[in-house]
This record gives sequence, C-alpha cells and structure tokens, in this order.
Amino acid sequence: MIRISIPQSADLGEVIEIKAMLQHPMESGYRRDEMGRTIPRDIVAHFSCRFESQVVFKTDWGPGVAANPLLTFFARVNRAGTFYFEWRDLQGETFKTERTIEINR
Amino acid sequence: MIRIRGIMWITLLVSAPLFSDEVTSFAYRDDLDPSLVRSGYEWLTKESKALQDDEFENPGWLWVEHGRQLFVSDSGESSCASCHQTSDLMFSSSATRFPRWSDSQQTLINLEGQINQCRELRMARGSLALESPEMLSLTAFISQLARGQPVNVPLTEEVKPFWQAGRDYFFRRKGQMNLACSQCHDERAGQRLRGDLISQGHPNGFPLYRYEWQSLGSLHRRLQDCDAGIRAEPQALGSEIYLSVELYLAWRARGLTLESPAIRR
Repeated sequence: MIRISIPQSADLGEVIEIKAMLQHPMESGYRRDEMGRTIPRDIVAHFSCRFESQVVFKTDWGPGVAANPLLTFFARVNRAGTFYFEWRDLQGETFKTERTIEINR
Repeated sequence: MIRIRGIMWITLLVSAPLFSDEVTSFAYRDDLDPSLVRSGYEWLTKESKALQDDEFENPGWLWVEHGRQLFVSDSGESSCASCHQTSDLMFSSSATRFPRWSDSQQTLINLEGQINQCRELRMARGSLALESPEMLSLTAFISQLARGQPVNVPLTEEVKPFWQAGRDYFFRRKGQMNLACSQCHDERAGQRLRGDLISQGHPNGFPLYRYEWQSLGSLHRRLQDCDAGIRAEPQALGSEIYLSVELYLAWRARGLTLESPAIRR
C-alpha cells in the first residue's frame, strides 16, 4: 500500500506540502528469528519524486529506517502537471504511484 | 531482555504465594470499577497521541486502506460488499459487539472468526490465516468503521461461561513469575514498569499499530506477548481461552470508545 497526501490544486508559485508513505517491513538484516537464523535484509533503499521530468526530491536509505517509512517534503508548483513517486528496494523491485496537480484560476 | 528484567522487578513487589492450592492461585479478584476505566491512549506520550489522531501519518491506515479494497472486491469473486453496506449503521458499529455468540458455530467468535465464518459459509472461500496481512487489513477496516463508538458486548446466557473462563484467566497467577494479568493492569495501572507506563490493558484499540512490532497486530498477538512476558505459556491465536479473555476484556472496557487503528508502544 502507498499513501500520498498532496493538494489537488495550488496557486501559481505556491509551496505545497507532500507526504508519502509506503507499507514495507524494512527488515534491517541484523535481527534473528526464534531459531537463531538471520532474517534477510529487505529494505527500500531509494526514493525519488519527480515533477514531470524534473527530480524534486530524492533520498537514499540504510537499514536504520523504521518500517512503513513516511516522508514529508515541500515543492514549489509553477505549472500544472504530474508528480511521480517511486520507491526501489534492494532486490530492484519498484513501488510507483503518481498524482496530478492543477493550478487555481 | 530489558523488559523481562523489568518484570522481575515487579515480582519482588508482589508477595510470593504461600500455598499452591486452587484458592491461592488467584490474585485478589475485584473487577475494575467502571468509573475508573481509562483507555491506553491516555498513557501515551503527546507525540504518540498525535500520531494516532493523524489519519494520514498513523501507519495503521495503510491496513485500513488495504482492507477497504479487500472489502469491496477481492479479485473479482464474491466480497464482503456483496452482502454488507458500510453505510448500514448496524454493520458499521458491529466491531463494538465482538466477541459474540455464533448460532451457526455454537461457540464464541470474535471479528476474525466472523470474517472466516462469512468466507466459509456464505462466500465458499477458504478462511484467512490469523495475523495474515489480509485478515489484519479486513479487521482494521471494519473496526475503523466503528471508531468513536463505545464497546458494548452483550453478556448473554450463552457467553456467560466464556466470560467466567476469561475472568478466571485474568485473575489467575501463572507462569514462572506467578503473575496474574490483574496484578499489573488492575492493581498497578499508571505505575512504571521500568521505562514504560502500565496501562489498564483494554482491547478498544485493536487491531493496532505497535512500535515494538513495527506492524499492525491483533489482541491475541498482544496476549501472547503478555503471557511470554510473565514467562507463562502463550496460548494459540484464536484459541477458546484467548477468545474468553477477549470477551472479559471487552466487558471490562464497556463504554470505552473504539480507537482502531490505535498506536501503542
């Protein structure tokens, strides 16, 4: 599951708050199960948010990030368009979604 | 280990049992005064309260959203929504009335049991495993519909023996530490267990998101943790004894409003 909080429209040049949450165990690879076996690392290591073709926010994560990571960041909106959100885990699997924003007239 | 050592501290405070017969194996039995009932929410830090109250940042809503999808459609086959309307008030408050007696199964069932009963008898689909992501998502979605409504389990004649068994379990000393649930959650609620505050142990937030789990979990999973914490043998998820404890706890928390998906430590 992915949850995104973003306004549907903004004034021209307005700075908007964007929140993005991904449901993910973020297993650090340091824990062991009841039998003493290492639980394999399973983390999302990269996140990026693009507005059309331009990257507006990008971050790399390590094993210290808690499960179900939540990000809050800001972006200035100079035209109508689409935000693309993408998470990528260590195995290369990606989780994607997008949100379109309009300019208030 | 830190938690376990913390609990050992508590054992020094409670008197060791002098006799091993049936009578002294119970802690002081006195049901919590309804006027003193307080939700676990009140023992949270203000940051955790804010997280629970924020319908976006509360990670429990990930499960609620997933549950909403499963409820409406589950890969094209019959779904919960084939029979139930979430706008139906009787249905949307149903989470407040579990666990309850099931006529078709002739036993006590909780919300998980009801979902599996529906799946088997009405939808001709297999039951969901307890604590599976799908089951947690569905219970989270259905419980969330009743958010803000008071816990109200009817204590009918059929469920009385279960209520009694659950109450006995709550007050019975057990495990290597010889502790009863009541000794922490009735007698010492509000006091410290090392770095943590002891709550009254109410079920009104389940399924809930626990920091320790980094995930959503059911009341029965929490009961297993409690039993392991006092070094008693954890019972099976969905077992009759945990269902009975769930009933006693729901009765004990009557009037508290549902908070699922709640946030707890």
